[in-house]
Amino acid sequence: MVQLTPEMKRLVDSENGTVSREIFWNQDIYDQEMEQVFNRSWLFVGHESQVPEPGDFFLGRMGEEAVVVSRGRDGKIYVFLNSCRHRGNRVCRYDQGNSFTHVCSFHGWTYDATGALVALPYHENGYDLMDKSQWGLLQARVEIFQGSIWATWDKTAPNFHEYLGGSDFYLATGLMHTDGSDNGAEVLGGVVKWRLGCNWKVPCPDTDTTHGWITHRSTALALGVGATGNPVRPRDDRSISVGQTRSRYTVSFPEGHTMGVTIPEADDPGWGESGTWAERPAVREYLREKFEERKKRLGLMAHLSVGPAIFPNEGWLGRVVRIMHPQGPAMTEIWTYFFVDKDAPQEVKTELANYYELYYGPGGVTQQDDMENWYALTIASKGPVAQKLDLNYQMRLSEPPLHGPTEFDMPGLFAHNYSDENHRRYYQRWAEVMQAKDWGEMAPTGSAATRNDWMTNRNGK
Amino acid sequence: MADLLSHEELLLRLEIEDFLYMEADLLDEHRYEEWLDLFTEDARYHAPMKRNVSSREMDTELTREKIEMSWFDEGKDTLTKRVAQIRTGVHWAEEPLSRVTHFVSNVRLLDSGSGDVGAGEIRVKSRFLVHRNRLEDEDNTWIGNRIDTLRRVDGEWKISRREIYLDQNVLLSKNLTNFF
Repeated sequence: MVQLTPEMKRLVDSENGTVSREIFWNQDIYDQEMEQVFNRSWLFVGHESQVPEPGDFFLGRMGEEAVVVSRGRDGKIYVFLNSCRHRGNRVCRYDQGNSFTHVCSFHGWTYDATGALVALPYHENGYDLMDKSQWGLLQARVEIFQGSIWATWDKTAPNFHEYLGGSDFYLATGLMHTDGSDNGAEVLGGVVKWRLGCNWKVPCPDTDTTHGWITHRSTALALGVGATGNPVRPRDDRSISVGQTRSRYTVSFPEGHTMGVTIPEADDPGWGESGTWAERPAVREYLREKFEERKKRLGLMAHLSVGPAIFPNEGWLGRVVRIMHPQGPAMTEIWTYFFVDKDAPQEVKTELANYYELYYGPGGVTQQDDMENWYALTIASKGPVAQKLDLNYQMRLSEPPLHGPTEFDMPGLFAHNYSDENHRRYYQRWAEVMQAKDWGEMAPTGSAATRNDWMTNRNGK
Repeated sequence: MADLLSHEELLLRLEIEDFLYMEADLLDEHRYEEWLDLFTEDARYHAPMKRNVSSREMDTELTREKIEMSWFDEGKDTLTKRVAQIRTGVHWAEEPLSRVTHFVSNVRLLDSGSGDVGAGEIRVKSRFLVHRNRLEDEDNTWIGNRIDTLRRVDGEWKISRREIYLDQNVLLSKNLTNFF
């Protein structure tokens, strides 16, 4: 646990619910983020379904830097920095492909699908003192979670399970099959990538339930569905844009992860009942059928569907993952991955793809209006007068969150649906990570994990 | 040397060019409802993404319609909803409306009423340069080509299919609120 310095507390004051605009513009703070946050956190880099065969690879990102995500001959996933160890040139220039060698175009240093240096010209008569095994592409630590691929540069970071702080099952809900079986999702071809002029932190966490009524008013008026078309939560009675419901909470973890959670109840409608699918009968029928299987597998927890945002820059909306890649203090490259059940009929996949295209991404009717606000708040925060005005995160500041494990036997800290608690915890964690010199100091303040391992037990019991 | 165009072919191309220029005017003058009327009820509007792939694997460059993700992959029904959204006056990404100019050039008829298009349909290839200026200083340019399938309906040309090939990999604008 780290004691924040007065300067850091000035930037992020969780007790008073304020955040300085400087953390969205200041170049020095940004440079520090690249070191302290991005070089030490577990980062989402993709999904196994993007590299099904040995030799398959795709380009990913960790912070500002490009990485190659590759499946070796041994079937394992490797993540390595896309920068030649010789003179630093980009080694892989393709978004995706299949190759057991990556040859640098400058002098021909050649790396295999694991990133190891396997050949270099003039090696025999020019590099007699060189140990090739020390000059492979820089390897990241890799962990696979329900098919999703996570990587970190930090050898001292806790393992990914520990990093999640007990939010494993929440994260798993989007990656498992609709029928509740493990690792049943695949990424639809084509990662959607675009640039938005805002700081990378602005779009995450995205559990703010109080913006939809006005930000997404045009979507509600013109498209006849609630805001943020969420394909995996029944929205008829629980729209995040319409109002507080009996049991919906914003949930956070001391590790900085944030999400919205609805406490499942036995009479909750299945996913196929959502009004979202009224015009997509193939999806509706599919979800109805698979949800029955899900209930058999997961019991009450079948109804749990969560959009977790894993610290620092990952976030789910339904079954869509967005990664906010930093590109300077006021520029973000958003990469979006769209998930479907890997064995769903093509008709269902197509309808889901078309649904995703309509709502998400740069062409998405809801996301366009989110991005307009994120961009405009960036521009309007740039000036020296605005920079001195702190941002307000005081909603329900006086209400301490409920301890999920104690109150509901569910992991997480539960705050009111309309609350800024998730933002306060996210920025508090950001401040801790920015300041902490090592993972010992980064140990989170308290735990919101259940005593039992939710990932193993599924329903916490 | 290519065969000389016949008199009829020249007239047809002029007619099609005029149609495309008129369409651009409707868009740039925010006459979106009239623009929608230029599409057949069963129209498809598809803008695949372009991947950076090996020159030996160019068949994997474009994302595939209905199977992979695209910038757009939809029909007239959702295009109509997008127009309705702009008309609400609270679609913040288009409020106030952007200043958009469509340049259309390199218009060429690919075939007419034969091959893989139905009788009475023709396919037209063109280049576009779309410029958007918005609020004080937002400025975007999109360049690419389109392949349209046009159909004669009650004596008028209608677009039954528009393929939009945008020359970008990472989209360099924050959104795609405009039509191509």
